[in-house]
Order: sequence, then C-alpha cells, then structure tokens
Amino acid sequence: MTGSKTSDRGFRVPQPPARPGEAPDFSNFDFGEPGKLPLLDAEAPVEAFEPFHDGLLRVLDMDGKAHGDWASMVSEEDLKEALTAMIRTRAFDQRMMRAQRQGKTSFYMQCLGEEAIAVGCALALRDGDMHFPTYRQQGILFVNGIDPEAMMNQIYSNKKDPLEGKQLPVLYSFKDNGFFTISGNLGTQWPQAVGWAMASAIKGDDKIAMAYIGDGATAEGDWHQGNLFASVYRAPVILSVVNNQWAISTTSAFAGADKNTFATRMASYGLPALRVDGNDIIAVIAATRLAAERARAGLGAVAIEFLTYRGGAHSTSDDPTKYRPKEELGSWPLGDPLDRLKQHMTVSGLMTDEEIAALEEAAEKEMREAENRAEEVGLVHAGEGADPAKMFEKVYEEMPGRLLEQKKEAGF
Amino acid sequence: MNMIEAIRDAHDVAMERDDDVVVFGEDAGYFGGVFRCTAGLQEKYGANRCFDSPIAESGIVGTGIGMAAYGLKPVIEIQFADYITPAYDQISQEAARMRYRSNGEFTCPIVIRTPTGGGIYGGQTHSQSPEAIFTHVCGLKVVIPSNPYDAKGLLLASIEDPDPVIFLEPKRLYNGPFEGYHDRALKGWKDHEDGKVPEGYYTVPLGKAKTVRAGKDVTVLCYGNMVHVCEAAQAESGVDAEIIDLRSLIPLDLEAIEASVKKTGRCVIVHEATKTSGFGGELMSLVQERCFYHLEAPIVRVTGWDTPYPHAQEWTYFPGPKRVGDALKKVVEAK
Repeated sequence: MTGSKTSDRGFRVPQPPARPGEAPDFSNFDFGEPGKLPLLDAEAPVEAFEPFHDGLLRVLDMDGKAHGDWASMVSEEDLKEALTAMIRTRAFDQRMMRAQRQGKTSFYMQCLGEEAIAVGCALALRDGDMHFPTYRQQGILFVNGIDPEAMMNQIYSNKKDPLEGKQLPVLYSFKDNGFFTISGNLGTQWPQAVGWAMASAIKGDDKIAMAYIGDGATAEGDWHQGNLFASVYRAPVILSVVNNQWAISTTSAFAGADKNTFATRMASYGLPALRVDGNDIIAVIAATRLAAERARAGLGAVAIEFLTYRGGAHSTSDDPTKYRPKEELGSWPLGDPLDRLKQHMTVSGLMTDEEIAALEEAAEKEMREAENRAEEVGLVHAGEGADPAKMFEKVYEEMPGRLLEQKKEAGF
Repeated sequence: MNMIEAIRDAHDVAMERDDDVVVFGEDAGYFGGVFRCTAGLQEKYGANRCFDSPIAESGIVGTGIGMAAYGLKPVIEIQFADYITPAYDQISQEAARMRYRSNGEFTCPIVIRTPTGGGIYGGQTHSQSPEAIFTHVCGLKVVIPSNPYDAKGLLLASIEDPDPVIFLEPKRLYNGPFEGYHDRALKGWKDHEDGKVPEGYYTVPLGKAKTVRAGKDVTVLCYGNMVHVCEAAQAESGVDAEIIDLRSLIPLDLEAIEASVKKTGRCVIVHEATKTSGFGGELMSLVQERCFYHLEAPIVRVTGWDTPYPHAQEWTYFPGPKRVGDALKKVVEAK
C-alpha cells in the first residue's frame, strides 16, 4: 500500500491508497495474466509453489473466458453447482440485510463479493472433512446442504434456533454439515483446524480440515502458531487467508500486507503456498482441490491466500463510507465473482441468461419462503426468543449443583 | 510412588485403556517432561501418541481443542502454570465455551496439566498459583491434588471427564509432602500413607473433598501445598481443627464444606495464591451465604500476599505453618 505517513524519525502509520472523497486506487497490485501460471501436480515439490507466492493464480479473464491448464480441474457440473450456491448465498445475504433493517434481527454480516471463496472451497472438499470458518464463510453451508431456515432461526434466536438462543446471530454451528462452531474471538479456529487435522492423521483417517482467517486477523498470535504447527507436524489441513483488504476500518497494511503477500509469509513457515484470485471461482476450486489432494495424500498442509475485496460494510453496525471511497467496490479490478461466473457460463455456452435468471428467481423465492417460515417460528426482538431455561444447559455435560440453584433462582 | 510417578502412571493407564488419549507439550515427548511426568510414554506408545511441541502455549492448547473436537482425548502439558497465560484465550474463550456455544454439537474433553505453586525459590514465574483465573471461567473444571494417591486417581477421572479440566500439580509436592519448613530434610512419599498408589486403574471423583483430619473447633479449607502446611499448623497449635482438602475447586464439594462449618462454627481458608479476588474470596462468600447463623467468628483467610511472587523473600511470602497456626488460634479464641 502507498500513502503511509511518516515522521522525521521514520515512525509510520500505514494508510490505505484512498480515503472517502478520493479516487479508488489499486495500482499497488500486480494481477498478472489468467492462465499464465503452470498447473501443479498434487505431489509437486514445495519449490514448485514459489511462482505462486507473489503471482496470482487466475483462470477466468474479465470477459468470462477460461485460460490455462488449471481450468481442467473443474467440471461443468462443478460450475453449475457453484453458480447455484453463489446465487443462493447472495440471495440469503440480501434477505437478511433487509431483515436487519426491518428490525427482525439486531445484527448481520454479509459476504458480498467473497461468495466464490467459501463456495469454491466447499465444493473442493468432501463429506466428512471439516471447515473451520470465520463469520464470513456462509457460502459453505449453501454447498453443504443446510436448510436456510435453520440459519435464519439462528439469526432470529427463536424457539427453533439450533443453538437455542445462546449465540450471537451468524455465529453458526453445523457439525453434520462440516461447519465448525464459529467463535467471536478472531484467529482461534486456525490452530484448532490444525489440531483437528493432526487428530485425523494420528488416527490414520483420510479426512482433512480447512481453516479460514481474514487478512486483519492474521496479526493474531494464533495465526503464527497455527502455521508453525501445521508445518512442523505436516497436518492435513488447508490454511486459507481471505484477504479482502479491510479489517473493519483498517487496511491490510496493518497486518503487514504491504511488505509481503500472505502466501509468501505462510511459505516462510515451509508450507507450499498459493495466491489465488478469490473472485475467480474456477481458480478457487482448482487451487483448493489441489491442496485437498495433497493434504489427503499425506504430503502435509497447504496454504492459500485468496485475494478479494470486501464488497459490503464490515457488518450491519458499520458504515464504510466513513473510511474508504464509495466507488471502491465498482473499481476493484477483479470484479464481482458472481457476475464473472455468470458471464463465463453464457460465454462458454454452458447456460443461457434465461436459465441463470430462473436460478436467481428460484433462490429469491427459496429465501423468501424460508424467511417466512423462520419468522412464523418467531423473532427474539418480538419477544419470541428461545426458551430462557435453556440458558443454563450445556455449560457442562451435567448441570452442576450451583448452576441448578441459579436456574431455580432465575425462576425455572 | 512419589507424585511424579503417580502422574506418569495415570498417563500410562489412560493411554493403555483408550487409544484416543494423546499426550503432548514442550519437552513432554522424547525427554519425558522437565519434571519427568511423561517419562517413557513416547517409547511405549509411539510418537503419534506422545510427542514434543513447539514453545507455543496457545498453539498447544488450540491444536488440543481441535483434536478434542475430532474425538481424541488430549492430555496437554504446560511446563509451568506461570506460562499458561498465552493460552488463556484458547482456554477461557474456546475450550470452556465449546459445548455451550455449539449447544452440545462440539465438546472439549481435554486435560491441561500444569505444575503450580511456590516454595521452591522459583521467583516470579515459577511459583504462581493461578487457579482463580480458571475458577472464574464457566465451563472449566479445576483440580489440584495434594498427594500421589489423589494425583493418579484425579488425573484418571479428569481424562475421562467430558469437560475441559485444568489440572494443577503443586510441584513442591512432586517428591514429598512439604509442611512449609524449608530448613528441614524432605521426607519423601515413601513412608506416607498417600504415597501408596495402587497399580492399574482407579479414580478419585471430581467434586469430592477429603477430610484430612476430623476436628470440632474450626474448619480449615485448603488444597495443594497448603494441605500439609495446615496439618503441621494444627499439630503445632494444638487447635482441634477439621482440615478439608478440597481436591477440586470446580466442581466444589459444597456439602462437605457446609457440613463441617455448621459443625465447628468457625472457618479458616488457606491458599498460596494472592489474596485479592483469590479463590478464598469465593469460599468465604459461600460459607457466609450458607453457614451464617452457625458462625461464631469472622472467617479468616491466610494467603499469599498481594505481590508478585518474590525470590529472596520466599518464606516471608509463602503462607507457612506459623501464619496458619496463628490464624487458627485467633479464630478459635474469637468471641
């Protein structure tokens, strides 16, 4: 990043290239060309990953055409599934953003512009593998078969909330869908994913784990420790940094992104590392599939940096016009992942505009109906929240005496 | 057995009984631990079951939590309780909350073993007693044995427990009971009743205190190093004190505490940890709440001072038999 302010003594406070009122500026990035980087074999030596540390793995150009050998790792079926899941993810987000504004929930976080990453990763993994997501990988659930009503019930903290009202909206847990319980504490899931993978290896299992973290949270100590453990024990885990360039209001330069790419930094732990266009669904699926094959073959952890842009506000409690140009999203050179996939589908003759429009209509209807069902169950903000007596349960496997006393004291 | 051998043996029994038990930590593998508590385990069970770790407490506990989420039963060693704080985020926000926040989908049956307490000239970072920073975290269990028999039985019970357990081992007791007299020769566990540790499997249940000495004049609530100090203080002061070794702080044996204080009408609470917001404050509140009309004197706490653990002033800091004995006399004589 450019534009850092320094004092006479060299002290520096990083600044993003552009602030509100200024023209968006992405001139600091070198995006390379789609199809230029060579296809890697799952058993490639770690040195073969070097061109991918600063380079960018891209397949789709900005006209929707696929280039290079990496495209061969993704089938038409994959793309149709990805398109449906990305459309559903966005429709869900839009529906819940509206629900938040209508006061149906206090809080929501969308993944606008990042849909390809979670969806692509979920498509590349198998049943039985475990994702250790942050709060911005809801796309996994639209591949892994969750009923959106269950997510909405969680967001509404109502009587059918699978977490019985205990957890803040969007901090889901869906074990059977390979989706690890989300914590509010950033970075903690990173070494946990490594440990899950170590356990799988210890037991001689072929399941793998996939960890996610944002650019900002890589500054947490757990990122470094997780990278180290993954490397030391050759854990079958995929470590993915979702670099959307923003951590609430702070630029990724505060996480060191202006010095080295996250891929380079993870490679410094001895991990094979790829840097991937996160808005290119083909590149996402192909890279993750290669990483999964490698991890499953017992060749150890693989690190991936997905480069993308946080399209929306950090959360419904955030206003990005206070710290970045309004026009930044529209100027982002890697575009919108959903538009790019749609264009690819039509350009390559896999789908027509009408078929895509029908998918979008179906997704909108699905989410509207799911919301109606969830709303019928109830909204915590309308006084129809989860059973208060449940609050005391599952602190421990068995409720200890003092908690029983407190439950009675609270009137249950 | 001494306490080290008892702890080592508990690992051995647990690993033999359950393939899902894995043991790791800094120097815990090949070398067998800086206190020898995991000696020979790697050789016997292989490096997949007992291994060394990087010097990274949050990574150790964080990966342990992930292993537990997969279905293993990790038994983790943190070399000194003083060095557990880098893992506090993983322990307090993750291990402790896993079951609650996932509404039971994911659980965290880990044991975090760590040597605790002073009396060894360990200075500021080899002597602390951090139990209160764990008893305050809902979702954790906190256990602290005072002898080899309990150490083995409690550790086996902790490994089987479905919830995360912080297992604090008073390192001053590893080689023998210590009454607080640094100028006397160490007695060792050999001739002590609680040094007789059965072979094979047995457990000491969590949440059950042990009455070390029955008495009628005052109830002494203590654990870890202080159990032996209190026994010495009782003998020297001649006060007919009932000494209760709490053994686990969470869950706490309230029934035993309540029954004893209602019988004696007086209570002294003893711990090495610093006083303010220490676990003694919680014990005092509980006794006050439950035994108020039976109390004949104010409850007294004998604890470490509210200072970092000093080096040269070890025996001024450590709550020894003299300080405890004085408190016993004061409470018994109070009108």
